[in-house]
Amino acid sequence: MEYIQGILILSGINLIAVLGLSVLTGFTGLFSFGHAGFMAIGAYISAIVTARLHLPFALAILAGGLAAGLASLLIGRLTLKLKGDYFCIATMGFGEAIRLILNNWPWVGGSRGWESLGSYTNIWNVLVLDIVAVILVWNLVNSRHGRNMIAVREEELAAQMAGIDVYRYKMTALVVSAILAGIAGALMAHYMTFIQPKLFSMQKSTELTIIVIFGGLGSISGSVIGAVLLTALPELFRAFSQWRLVFYGLAVIVIMVGRPQGLMGGMELTPSGVRKALAAKRARAAAMVDDGGKA
Amino acid sequence: MSALLELKGLTKRFGGLAAVNDVSLAVPEGSIFGLIRPNGAGKTTIFNLITGVYQASSGGIAFGGKSIAGLEPYKIADLGITRTFQNIRLFKNLSVFDNVLTACHASASYGIAEALFRLPRFRREEKELSEKAMELLKIMGLDGRFDVMANNLPYGLQRRLEITRALALEPRLLLLDEPAAGMNPDETESLMRLIGEIRSRFSLSILVIEHHMDLIMGVCERLHVLNFGCTLAEGTPAEVSNDPKVVEAYLGGGGSKKC
Repeated sequence: MEYIQGILILSGINLIAVLGLSVLTGFTGLFSFGHAGFMAIGAYISAIVTARLHLPFALAILAGGLAAGLASLLIGRLTLKLKGDYFCIATMGFGEAIRLILNNWPWVGGSRGWESLGSYTNIWNVLVLDIVAVILVWNLVNSRHGRNMIAVREEELAAQMAGIDVYRYKMTALVVSAILAGIAGALMAHYMTFIQPKLFSMQKSTELTIIVIFGGLGSISGSVIGAVLLTALPELFRAFSQWRLVFYGLAVIVIMVGRPQGLMGGMELTPSGVRKALAAKRARAAAMVDDGGKA
Repeated sequence: MSALLELKGLTKRFGGLAAVNDVSLAVPEGSIFGLIRPNGAGKTTIFNLITGVYQASSGGIAFGGKSIAGLEPYKIADLGITRTFQNIRLFKNLSVFDNVLTACHASASYGIAEALFRLPRFRREEKELSEKAMELLKIMGLDGRFDVMANNLPYGLQRRLEITRALALEPRLLLLDEPAAGMNPDETESLMRLIGEIRSRFSLSILVIEHHMDLIMGVCERLHVLNFGCTLAEGTPAEVSNDPKVVEAYLGGGGSKKC
């Protein structure tokens, strides 16, 4: 039971980071390979708040999120004017830089890590934060601000001509994603009670991005399902010991080949979302019948 | 009539090539103004200069009497200039309705916090935005296809949707970049009527670049002819089509003179 609960907690923590990344990648169309860096900032700042300043955990989560958000403002200012791939590379550099700084900072444990942090994260606070995060992100992407982000993803130039401040919306998406990554980092630090720069390597960043793509770009429900499934998957395959990561990779490849638009493919698992998906399916079927008639 | 948009000695050089060379023109308020050119690119460059995508090498652009040179594209859009593209640029994976709804964003003013917590202003303004988008679709005859993905619309309707999306901004000046490109004579004909209707219904001015002479001659009140990036002639369609310089540029004459 405790084992299953552990997997659920980890899924829940990943979910918060993935939701943020979903806003950035799925809805605004910016790819990042440095979000583990924001998680690291959240984890270490929150650890300082609880272990060094002896303040409550809630405050630590808040501080972790805010610190990551502030860092993203700085990074965004420097990199968001870059086009597509260059932004992606810059985020990669940022993530690695954060990891290396932490590696060489003895006050927070350096490369050996920081142990015996308070164990404050549990299934309940993770669950509550998950629900709040899903609702807030859902509200965001279903507002005019969310639509403007989607417009930036779809067609940047046309978005500008529609009076959308592309830079501002990219920045908003980046800050939202960083705050959520920071919160996830804070939760992780106080779940594992041990943090180490190695935990926040590029592999972690890639994992988050894979989950967003796996779930389907531009779908909140896809991100939720993706986070739970892909966090649990390596655990399900644990019986195969060293082969489990091979199976994990295979599972991801099979999904991406069979369904390149991701599990949900931009659709949402809500009553109106399901209706929309069915209507689109009928329209496609009708179009095929039409084509057949002509041929 | 006063000039809504005024270009003064507008020049844009790409390296040694002057794509736009010392072009001056004034679009009167409420008019349909045509911009034609017998050869080469350069007209779209003028649109890119007006909308702030490119910065002019020299010369000035004034909108409603105020200079808009150096402003960010989205700010120029906010001031009331918007455009369509030669190669249609819709939000392809969004529905017809969402394309227009997105462009309506400037009519609402609720902030991000109000959206996160769905405060009363968010609900009220979202409802207004939806109604506005639907009304526009009705006016433009697209309401029957509101839930179709933009990508799946027939070509002519994609053009129409792009114009609808532009109108959602409530512009004072609409720039149409070769709206009849790739259209058959029937579609061109209905587009011509549409352009006229839009102008009177939304009381705006239209600047249109086009190759289809039928469309240009049928709908524009004033024409500006460019040749190799420079002004060749300006006047009413009748004046321009009788201008020997224009005839020579279109039909060829004793070699092409650069200005």
